[in-house]
Amino acid sequence: MNNLQSLSYFYPELLLTMVILVAIIYDLFIDSSESGKVGWVLVFGLVLVAISIWFQDSSKVTTLFTDAIVLDPFSTFFKLLIILATIFVSIVSLHSGELENYRKGEYFSLLGIITFGLFLMVSSIDLIMVYVSIEIVSIMSFVLAGYLKKNTRSNEAALKYVVYGAFSSGIMLFGLSYIYGLTGSTNFFQIQQTFAASGPESNSAILIAVIMVLAGFGYKISAVPFHFWTPDVYEGAPTTITAYLSIAPKAGALAMMIRFFNQVLADGGAMVGMGSFSSTDIPWPSILSLLAVLTMTVGNVVAIQQNNVKRMLAYSSIAHAGYMLLAMPVMSGESVYAIMVYLVMYLFMNLGAFFVVITVKNRTNGETFDDYKGLGWEMPIVGISMTLFMVSLTGLPPTAGFIGKFYIFASLIQGGSAFYWLVIIGGINSVISLYYYLRVVKVMYFDGERKDSLLFPPRVLSGMLLVTAIPTLVLGIYWVPIAEWIQSSLVFFIQTI
Amino acid sequence: MDQLNNYLFIAAILFSLGVFGVMTRRNGIAVLMGVELILNAANLNFIAFSRFGGMNLDGHIFGLIVIVLAAAEAAVALAIVINIYNNLNTINVDEASMMKE
Repeated sequence: MNNLQSLSYFYPELLLTMVILVAIIYDLFIDSSESGKVGWVLVFGLVLVAISIWFQDSSKVTTLFTDAIVLDPFSTFFKLLIILATIFVSIVSLHSGELENYRKGEYFSLLGIITFGLFLMVSSIDLIMVYVSIEIVSIMSFVLAGYLKKNTRSNEAALKYVVYGAFSSGIMLFGLSYIYGLTGSTNFFQIQQTFAASGPESNSAILIAVIMVLAGFGYKISAVPFHFWTPDVYEGAPTTITAYLSIAPKAGALAMMIRFFNQVLADGGAMVGMGSFSSTDIPWPSILSLLAVLTMTVGNVVAIQQNNVKRMLAYSSIAHAGYMLLAMPVMSGESVYAIMVYLVMYLFMNLGAFFVVITVKNRTNGETFDDYKGLGWEMPIVGISMTLFMVSLTGLPPTAGFIGKFYIFASLIQGGSAFYWLVIIGGINSVISLYYYLRVVKVMYFDGERKDSLLFPPRVLSGMLLVTAIPTLVLGIYWVPIAEWIQSSLVFFIQTI
Repeated sequence: MDQLNNYLFIAAILFSLGVFGVMTRRNGIAVLMGVELILNAANLNFIAFSRFGGMNLDGHIFGLIVIVLAAAEAAVALAIVINIYNNLNTINVDEASMMKE
């Protein structure tokens, strides 16, 4: 479809652009102390965007802007997920103590721009669009990670993020240039056809190029050889941004990775519900399995040694990226489905855990385990919801985390005996994670002095804790609507030619 | 075809120098210079493939887009480095390290 015609299918993104512009201009006319109002502008705008996406008919899959991006139910699912995360984080940002003395106008405009970049990320089918959308998201995240200008930890987080981020996206770009050179095209489907037609002599070149591209993807979802930035950035950045980085860019990069591995390196069989075959002779499933196992294990083992809850959650988010990657090598419709289910569950439980960190930091001004002593009795809402999130992150029933893990492991078992060892390692990792998740619960209820006075966090924060805690519990018992919605979203754009 | 190989060779050398720079330099600005080398190596690849590989113009377009994004990234990165300098009086990547395992 040409550019002019595409605009009529692009209206949610155009609406989002309008919202961002309104937020930027509105910020110019209000006083610094009232700059939180920009957040409400963004939240209201995002709700409108979500409604327009919900009613957009994406079942008729189309490519837009001369095959640069696609509109299909798969991208619609991820867009709604990302909007939900942005709305949650924006609301909590208004009540975060860390941001209190800063002007918040730009903060919300930048969050809007990241959302826009993620929209492009989940729908791109062209190498140019892949690089542009990753850079849009990265550059805005660098600024947001360093948003606390006078806080040296936040400065350090931004510096490390920008160095690692620019480095890995540079390596990815170099890989993309080789893929372009090998195939003469930047379109996913044309690349796939050229790869399938090429003989074994080009295998080594393809392998090098794709591993370089994997550096870019791996950095965005913090998979293990590319994870070094994660703990420092997550610890130093404002907690609201840490919460956002742990879910939204990961979802975007996973969507991109699913498209890339199933449509460029395989014949796209998973996209129509069949098993798919690699279009080259290189063993992608083994490479991806190795990546997943490393990511899980390193994340879980290092998380045990942490004394800072925020940093522990950073390693835990690495481990969860590993669980999601676990389903990748199967390359079947079920595995993509499992990753999508997991992302929905992960959204609620992980955002909830970070919201607890924000609430506790507002109260005690710290985020180490010592700051959580006795909090379970003093702040009942925080204690109960944090216990729920920790149980869910471990993956115990009856919580959302259990359902997510169940689908992942089920897709591995359906994938055949070649993937059984991944199930075993995944199970061992879940047991390891039990230790450090339940340590938080133990500190909250059994350490420190039991105080008799009760303390309730501000109404909005309590509300957000409930909004994340209730789905975490309910989705563990009754998840049929979500499962059906995801099933209907498993429709991809599969060819251009 | 020989011409293409020459350009690819230069691009590979530039890329390696960039990676070397990022890994060994401790000065924040020097690290960013290494990143720029990597980006320009990739750009050189795109243009060479497009011009000598008998391919379409996508490579040129990609090159132009990369130049724009590299400029945006450099602007943000320099702002972050200046902010670090104002707070810590150093732009050394090692010294700006308060968070440890």
